[in-house]
Amino acid sequence: MSALALRQHATLSHLDWLEAESIHILREVAGQCANPALLFSGGKDSLVLLRLAEKAFRPGRFPFPLLNIDTGHNYSEVIDFRDFRACQLNERLIVRSVEESMRRGTVVLKSPDESRNKHQSVTLLEAIAEFGFDCCIGGARRDEEKARAKERIFSFRDEFGQWDPKNQRPELWDLFNARVHKGENIRAFPISNWTELDVWQYIEREQLDLPSIYFAHKREVVRKNGLLQPVTELTPARPGDSVEELSVRFRTVGDITCTAPVESTADTVTRIIEETATTTITERGETRLDDQTSEASMEQRKKEGYF
Amino acid sequence: MSAIEHLPEIDNGLLRFLTCGSVDDGKSTLIGRLLYDTKTILADTLHAIARTSERRGLEAVDLSLLTDGLQAEREQGITIDVAYRYFTTGRRKYIIADAPGHEQYTRNMVTAASTANLAIILVDARKGVLTQTRRHSYLAHLLGIPHIVVAINKMDLVDFDRATYERIRGQYLEFAATLGIGDVSFIPLSALNGDMIVDRGERLGWYSGPTLLDILENAPTAHSERDERFRFPVQFVCRPQKAGDPKLHDYRGFMGRVESGEIAVGDEVLVLPSEQRTRIKAIEIYGSSLPRAIAEQSVTLLLEDEVDISRGDMIVRAQESALVTRRIETMLCWLGETPLDPQRKYLIRQTTRETKAAIEAIDYRLDINTLQRMPAERLSMNDIARVFFKLAQPLCVDAYAENRSTGAFIVIDETNNNTVGAGMIL
Repeated sequence: MSALALRQHATLSHLDWLEAESIHILREVAGQCANPALLFSGGKDSLVLLRLAEKAFRPGRFPFPLLNIDTGHNYSEVIDFRDFRACQLNERLIVRSVEESMRRGTVVLKSPDESRNKHQSVTLLEAIAEFGFDCCIGGARRDEEKARAKERIFSFRDEFGQWDPKNQRPELWDLFNARVHKGENIRAFPISNWTELDVWQYIEREQLDLPSIYFAHKREVVRKNGLLQPVTELTPARPGDSVEELSVRFRTVGDITCTAPVESTADTVTRIIEETATTTITERGETRLDDQTSEASMEQRKKEGYF
Repeated sequence: MSAIEHLPEIDNGLLRFLTCGSVDDGKSTLIGRLLYDTKTILADTLHAIARTSERRGLEAVDLSLLTDGLQAEREQGITIDVAYRYFTTGRRKYIIADAPGHEQYTRNMVTAASTANLAIILVDARKGVLTQTRRHSYLAHLLGIPHIVVAINKMDLVDFDRATYERIRGQYLEFAATLGIGDVSFIPLSALNGDMIVDRGERLGWYSGPTLLDILENAPTAHSERDERFRFPVQFVCRPQKAGDPKLHDYRGFMGRVESGEIAVGDEVLVLPSEQRTRIKAIEIYGSSLPRAIAEQSVTLLLEDEVDISRGDMIVRAQESALVTRRIETMLCWLGETPLDPQRKYLIRQTTRETKAAIEAIDYRLDINTLQRMPAERLSMNDIARVFFKLAQPLCVDAYAENRSTGAFIVIDETNNNTVGAGMIL
């Protein structure tokens, strides 16, 4: 290409580059926002965020608390791991639950077995109002879904928590604009530029511990529409279902009612990386019961305040 | 810094590039083809676009559907915004900034170009160099993208004719010379068939240069090509002062990212704008000490002397100071829906620093189709102009042509906090 290139200077590997960019973003949140919070679910992406926060701020404490919106329908392995990790890091964890919002009457389910996943938005907005957070840091990635491909790293939400794709701030260079008026909010996504494979490679390199359900284990499932529906108290087998016990793992962990495991024997991070590099199905396509309902369902949820 | 040992399959870093052109040039098909041929597209995605292609009565799978975006866009049949796509070859990771090519979307192209190190400019072989090609090239050049690849696409529609390719190449070079664009490569393509993208195909035997993917695999990444001056804008000051840990009592870490150049322990540094001098005592990241830090690395610097430093200050090497100034001459791209009002004050953010700014003068507005200079009283969205600002607080700057980090700034409208301008310091 360039005949004029005199000598090559040392540059970063792709993982080091991604890490450095994410640290930079986290420090910009800390530098620009008065009262941020980091959304922490105990899932793999948010566990990566915590390691990045350690790299960004140690030996100091995190300049933000951890915030989890619990649907009450999460796998106990993930909730236990969430509490364990927050305690291990000696950082403050705030938990607000969709069930509290239901008791308050701000979340009304259409039917008792409706997924609570999308109702997290209401509880999140209530938590933002309760604590006066001006920024919530989340672990969303642009490769997850097409409504995320156009998401800003610093995404502006109005006082109703709404994302307006037609009215986002241009984002140039690495000059992020986190300024908001009272009641408005920024969602900051430090791992926007990471892919699922990058996340797993980072987990391997940093030797991060994960909740056990990310690794292959035996579980009773029912095949439904090409997905594996786990048999749980919340999602029992119905008459006529044929229940199989398979070796599975979760690629994403979320609300029990909308997250499906995949068939796998990968019981180590290295084996998961091999599978991720050669898989033929996208992360959400294989595991998310909620994104399949409509082509635009993520876009719709984000407009309603979803992270 | 241990990634190289653990991931030998990817050792060639990360390249950010930009594709510019309109749907008519086959840009979406090109991106779809890159993703498809590098096996980034997975079966369920392919299945979904195959279904849509069928529904629309197409014979083959329309790869351009891969970059189809939001519901809001499908309703209007346009692309609103820059989309980011990812792929990896095992050797290198890529981030594509996909900017829509419509006339009114200069602001998207500028946004996408700001982080790119290479631009692919698509030209339709049947149409040659158009006004749009000139506009894209000018903006890529203005935003300081060091490498430009002119992809002459739809060669299948001109019967893979070499003379057509050579004629367009000649046209482009003539115009590039007037802009001062130095590093340009040319490549004939058929994105539809996949010729010369990842595979060479069979009909372009007369072309002996690299494929598009070869060009991407070998393009220099940012900061790899020239000697740069060390620039470290301070983002955050770490003062843990943990009670029970006397070691941390006096700890003062200056956290930030090396925007350019490199620094080593023991180097003499200058803190701007105060011009205090000291030395680097240690370079840390997450408990481990590094002997040096290189461009784009996020680290914590500890200094020999107790100096007063806060967010917004910049640490530079003692012999390589930056300009500390309260007046800047700039090329400004207006991004806001509300026109720039020269009577008003705006906020400027450059590196980690913010200051109020007043417009001293609009020297001229540039017609980016003809590159003619026109007088201007105000600036509307998508206008590019030479503007002088007076600043309430000094900024520590370099010319954008020398340094894309310290020479760049954004303009913020404090009434709604929107980002309304993007500027490059001359």
